[in-house]
Amino acid sequence: MIEAVGLSKRYGKTLAVDNLSFTVQPGRVTGFLGPNGAGKSTTMRMILGLDAPTGGDVRIDGQKYRQLHQPLRKIGALLDAKWVHPNRSARAHLRWLAKSNKLPASRVDDVLELVGLTDVANRRAGGFSLGMSQRLGIAAALLGDPEVLLFDEPVNGLDPEGILWIRRFMHRLADEGRTVFVSSHLLSEMALTAQELVVIGRGKLIAQCSTEEFVAQATESTVLVRSPQLALLRSALGQQGATVRDESDSLVVSGMETADIGELAAAKGIVLHELSPQRGSLEEAFIQLTGDSVEYHAAVTDAVPADLITAGK
Amino acid sequence: MTLLAVERIKLFTTRSPLWCTLAAVAVTVGFAALIAGVDSDSPATVASSQFGANFGLMVIMVMATLAITTEYRFGTIRATFQAIPNRTGTLLAKTTVVALFAGVIGEVVAFGSLAITKLLQSSADLAVNTAFEWRAVAGVGLVYALSAVIAVAVGTLIRHSAGAVSLLLIYSLLVESLVALIPNVGVDIQKWMPFQMANMFIAGDPDPTGRAITEGPPPAAAGLGPWGALAYFAGFAVVMLGIALFTANKRDA
Repeated sequence: MIEAVGLSKRYGKTLAVDNLSFTVQPGRVTGFLGPNGAGKSTTMRMILGLDAPTGGDVRIDGQKYRQLHQPLRKIGALLDAKWVHPNRSARAHLRWLAKSNKLPASRVDDVLELVGLTDVANRRAGGFSLGMSQRLGIAAALLGDPEVLLFDEPVNGLDPEGILWIRRFMHRLADEGRTVFVSSHLLSEMALTAQELVVIGRGKLIAQCSTEEFVAQATESTVLVRSPQLALLRSALGQQGATVRDESDSLVVSGMETADIGELAAAKGIVLHELSPQRGSLEEAFIQLTGDSVEYHAAVTDAVPADLITAGK
Repeated sequence: MTLLAVERIKLFTTRSPLWCTLAAVAVTVGFAALIAGVDSDSPATVASSQFGANFGLMVIMVMATLAITTEYRFGTIRATFQAIPNRTGTLLAKTTVVALFAGVIGEVVAFGSLAITKLLQSSADLAVNTAFEWRAVAGVGLVYALSAVIAVAVGTLIRHSAGAVSLLLIYSLLVESLVALIPNVGVDIQKWMPFQMANMFIAGDPDPTGRAITEGPPPAAAGLGPWGALAYFAGFAVVMLGIALFTANKRDA
């Protein structure tokens, strides 16, 4: 189990991670979701004891990473597939890692086999494609047969075949009862791989819930209704038990189908100007949730941040 | 022992040790051959055979610096700290392995230089029998090893290959020589600078024969005798390493 309590990290004036608390439950795949620059990688580096938190702490089964004896046997991680000396062969890279945690040399061949790199094991890692590097990184993470695994954006930049491979691999690891904590900025990817979600934006926790819950919330379909008799319509819908949210000159109704709303309006003699189903996508929900916490907005969105407008004057 | 074995694997599974050894041998043994072969006016001495030792030293310091800065460059330092969270232990192991390797190269090039000189000038007296001569030849390995410690420390502090290498080379080649140009105090400051001390150990307490500059590395002006100078140089290396270890433990990897 990974447990972060009040975790913070400050780089100069930027607060990259802000009082973040979450737990990663054992034996499940937990997605770590957030837009680019939300502080996912920084958090992962703090979990691994590479960066020191400015405040709070994070523990693995109650221990700080730097207190772990032979940590590769406990927690394997792939933060960056390019963290390999380009002139060292894949086998040599795994050999020194194995040695450092007193793992038998046979483990090196085992994990090479597992990720399908046996044939290229003696080639220099600098010549590897991104997909191959990623496999080597996963081999390194699995070297100590750890119960906890950490992956940072494992499908980033991979071709469809590579993405599929990683996705299947992660399911397999979870089926073996391991704890998997995997970060991504793609909700659709997480919806396929993760059972639990930790969602962050600008270093702050936005949500921690099961993926099902999150997706149900996110993809809830609503109906947009415009009418000159909004007040009348609102009370009529309320009597039917629908949830109604006010927009500027319309209502957003959830819990009722378009047909039912239309019939209800006809029965009550209410004029409708528009009646249209709205389907929320995962991405939209994600943006809604993290919208304020995206670090760098693109200037083309219609919602220009207030500080940009004032800064321009 | 595990940590030493890890660092040994890491060092010898890249090509840099091979190239550095070849380069160090080329500049030192090559220089010894050149001097013994070309300079027929004055007979070769043990000291003159070591003329290229300082050039080899530059190669060794570059190799030692790269041993740590490439780890930062390629991110393998993070993989290392992830596998071995004890940063002091793993950096000490790296320093030890690199220093031992540098020491071995030092002995190889020193005795290699002597051998090639003997080969080319068989009539010259090249027997190593005085304390000065032993230091001039066997001492090269000690100075290489301690310089490697300094280079690893500087590499750990600066983390960038180009920055660390240029700082080390500019310091040892220029700063320590140019400081003597400061009026009044320059020479006195220079006497206490670390590489002057290292040079004192190898070439200082000059040869009783009072050799000319062409017959060996220039005699050093340092504030201590040969062994005191070596201890001073070693002390400097240890202090630098201490600072580097302290910093590496504090900083984010």
